[in-house]
Amino acid sequence: MPDRRLIILAAIALAAVIAFMTVDLRGNVAFVLHLRGLKLLALLQVAVAIAMSTVLFQTVTANRILTPSIMGLDALYLFGQTALVFTLGSLGYASLDGGLKFAAEVLLMIALAMGLLWPLLRTRMDMNLMLLMGVTLGLLFRSLSALLSRLLDPNAFSVVQMASFANFNTLRADLTILGTIATLGAALLCWRARHTLDIVGLGRETAIGLGIHWTRTATGMLLLVAILVAVSTALVGPVAFFGLLVAALAERLMQTQRHALLLPAAALVAIIVLVGGQTLLQHGLGGASTLGVVIEFAGGLVFLALLILRSRT
Amino acid sequence: MIRIENVSLSHRDMPILHDITLSLEKGGITALVGPNGAGKSSLLSLIARLQPLQTGRILVDGLPVGSTPSRLLAQRLAILRQDGAVASRLTVRELIGFGRFPHHQGRAGAADIALVEAALEQFELQALAERFIDTLSGGQRQRALVAMTFCQGTDYMLLDEPLNNLDMFHARQLMRSLRSIVDERQRTAIVVLHDINQAAAHADRIVALRDGKVIADGTPNEVLTEDNLELVFGYRMQIMQIAGRPLVLQHL
Amino acid sequence: MVKLAACAAFVMLVILSIFIGAGEFSPWQAIHDPAALQLFFASRLPRTIAAALTGAALSIAGLIMQALVRNRFVEPSTAGTAQSAALGILIMTLVFPAASLAMKTLFASILALLGTSIFMMTAHRLPPAQPYLVPLFGLVYGGVIGAVVTFIGWQTELLQFIDIWTNGEFSGVVRGRYELLWGTALMAAIAWWIADRLTVLSLGRDVSIGLGLSYQRTLQLGLVIVSVISALTVVIVGIIPFVGLVVPNLVSRMLGDNLRGTIPWVGLSGATLVLGCDVLGRLLRYPYEIPVATVMGVVGAILFLRLMFTRATHA
Ligand SMILES: Nc1ncnc2c1ncn2[C@@H]1O[C@H](COP(=O)(O)OP(=O)(O)O)[C@@H](O)[C@H]1O
Ligand SMILES: [Mg+2]
Repeated sequence: MPDRRLIILAAIALAAVIAFMTVDLRGNVAFVLHLRGLKLLALLQVAVAIAMSTVLFQTVTANRILTPSIMGLDALYLFGQTALVFTLGSLGYASLDGGLKFAAEVLLMIALAMGLLWPLLRTRMDMNLMLLMGVTLGLLFRSLSALLSRLLDPNAFSVVQMASFANFNTLRADLTILGTIATLGAALLCWRARHTLDIVGLGRETAIGLGIHWTRTATGMLLLVAILVAVSTALVGPVAFFGLLVAALAERLMQTQRHALLLPAAALVAIIVLVGGQTLLQHGLGGASTLGVVIEFAGGLVFLALLILRSRT
Repeated sequence: MIRIENVSLSHRDMPILHDITLSLEKGGITALVGPNGAGKSSLLSLIARLQPLQTGRILVDGLPVGSTPSRLLAQRLAILRQDGAVASRLTVRELIGFGRFPHHQGRAGAADIALVEAALEQFELQALAERFIDTLSGGQRQRALVAMTFCQGTDYMLLDEPLNNLDMFHARQLMRSLRSIVDERQRTAIVVLHDINQAAAHADRIVALRDGKVIADGTPNEVLTEDNLELVFGYRMQIMQIAGRPLVLQHL
Repeated sequence: MVKLAACAAFVMLVILSIFIGAGEFSPWQAIHDPAALQLFFASRLPRTIAAALTGAALSIAGLIMQALVRNRFVEPSTAGTAQSAALGILIMTLVFPAASLAMKTLFASILALLGTSIFMMTAHRLPPAQPYLVPLFGLVYGGVIGAVVTFIGWQTELLQFIDIWTNGEFSGVVRGRYELLWGTALMAAIAWWIADRLTVLSLGRDVSIGLGLSYQRTLQLGLVIVSVISALTVVIVGIIPFVGLVVPNLVSRMLGDNLRGTIPWVGLSGATLVLGCDVLGRLLRYPYEIPVATVMGVVGAILFLRLMFTRATHA
């Protein structure tokens, strides 16, 4: 018997999906439905990827305020992407097959992320300092990407600004299949490891004490995080506080640290916010391109609230 | 003279000071003693306008604290806080120099510079004069902060636990400096002391506080009785007389 | 010795900045060729002055902010000041498009003051035992205001302008378009004038009051200086990150925190850093230009990370 709150969440998510597909349906219905279906698939992937990567990351760092994007991982992905273009030259890069390109980007991302995250897991640093460094690293990678793209194409207009917010409108269709496979695979792995994750979330020492092979487990989880971040960032760009928003909401709703509930709840909340928000903005408030900014705004406020609340205790 | 009239203080319904009325005459050293949380720091910070008065009145030489311009008050009254953490990277000489701020507002004259040098000498800080505060030991920093307070050159000095972090030598030294400054320049010191024997040896008057109330007030010989001390600190201790001053065997 | 090197670096960069750029001219030409002279007075000199002024003013603004908040890791662009200023210009541009640059700056200053005051009020409530909480809060707070700016920009199709305000660069600086920046020099002078008061302020509220400083008034004056500097630089140049963060920290390490003595050196070092990044931006992809904010984003972030790292390992 699944949790009642999960069923309600699922129902709302389904409603959002149906609304997304059917509201304002005009003209060539078959064509529009096909287009919307593709886009929906991408949005679902992004939602699930971000929700899971955030929860996983929070579990492995045993901290409910850290997220991959706050630690600059999505900026890192963008940097890797630009660096790849830079070294291969834009011509050589364009001639690559989409899947191959993505695979190369993901590999680079994994290498960079591991280099960055391992020392972080090893050293016991002041949490605020770690967060501050993560945010600064994110800024650094953003600036580096901007610098590289300026070097590549000096006339390009404001690569920085555009790249600093997620854009849920222009999705890369070539990645849909690959992304779906990666996301589903990761989801499956997470689900099977849900009980292990509960223990990992208790912190490194406790987990080792309870017989978890820490190094192997943590490495595996960070790998998954890197892949998931790569998927979502490749599809929509950096999302800053979306993951945090989703994970915090899910935790509030479920009142539990059990991953069997937390993971699906986070994914469902992400779907509701993303698909529902997209539908609302597209048909209600005009300008669906601003969803990324709205999420950044709301997520940023949640982050500030969490920071202040946490510092009070 | 500092007059404290019917001063009470509470924090969110938690009473801290209870209707305190005290007169502190000009000249001499007054020691404020009492257990942790008795309200000593709160009383000092009220006198020094660091927090607003809730009820009652405090007059410094007839000037009501709270409505007197802050700068005028700073020329008559200096305070050393209990937690004098200084995060800025200032040299010892610069820090002490800021004690003269109320008099010159940043434009130090020759007289100010001379006073800073005198303070450096009095507290044996010449060798440390160019060191940054954040490179000093706790005791050295405490001495620099005390020197800064002395350098302010005010008639009244409020010192909240100035002996914190000081070794025996420097604690004794500080109390003797205080004595000589008070005696030679007719200045007034109100000092929170945790070592009751420092109070017994150096103070002219002792005010004992507990739970925000004045329990005893008078000369060391009047205040340091077995009954009073039990009332204030909660246990009995023996008292001896050495050279006409009481010595409390507080540790036995 | 370090001071001498800083002066030499500054002078050298001024010379470089004057002679580097699309449209070459040599020192020899500058004296004889009227066209080169024209280029010198209309573009190169203004640009060099603007970069130096901006760098100096932003560094001093950072220094003041650090004294006000009593935290070494804050500066106008990481405390919502610059973003609030950008919001101010945006609102002015939307509501009163005909307003003069000075009016826009004034309004931007007011919003910057408002945004910074909110930040300060919150920062003073955060537990002082956690020094990294304040800058973290400020960074995200600035990001949230930035999101509002972008949202409005998107809705009103002003994104292109927003890029100009948020991504600082000097290529648009020519004679007649930068003179307001001298206002920052005025602010820096005021800061130097009240330097002692600001130093006392940095010792904390209790010490300030004990020394008879009018604490609130000095705090407000400092905030006004910071806000006006931010607004002026955002309006004319755009946001340049990290300058106000790294320069005061580096200078403080060597010369301490007595603002009377350090303000000139903070200003000089800031001017040198920004000039250097601007020259670098012009050289990296010559004859194209890379905005100074992008170069500084890289250089400044690396310097800042280093600062945090060394402090963390020291403590
Ligand atoms: N800012 C404050 N908020 C709440 N309670 C306070 C505050 N400052 C002091 N107190 C309380 O007031 C009482 C007296 O404190 P204090 O004057 O510092 O005592 P003392 O200096 O004698 O040890 C203590 O019980 C303390 O907990
Ligand atoms: Mg006390």
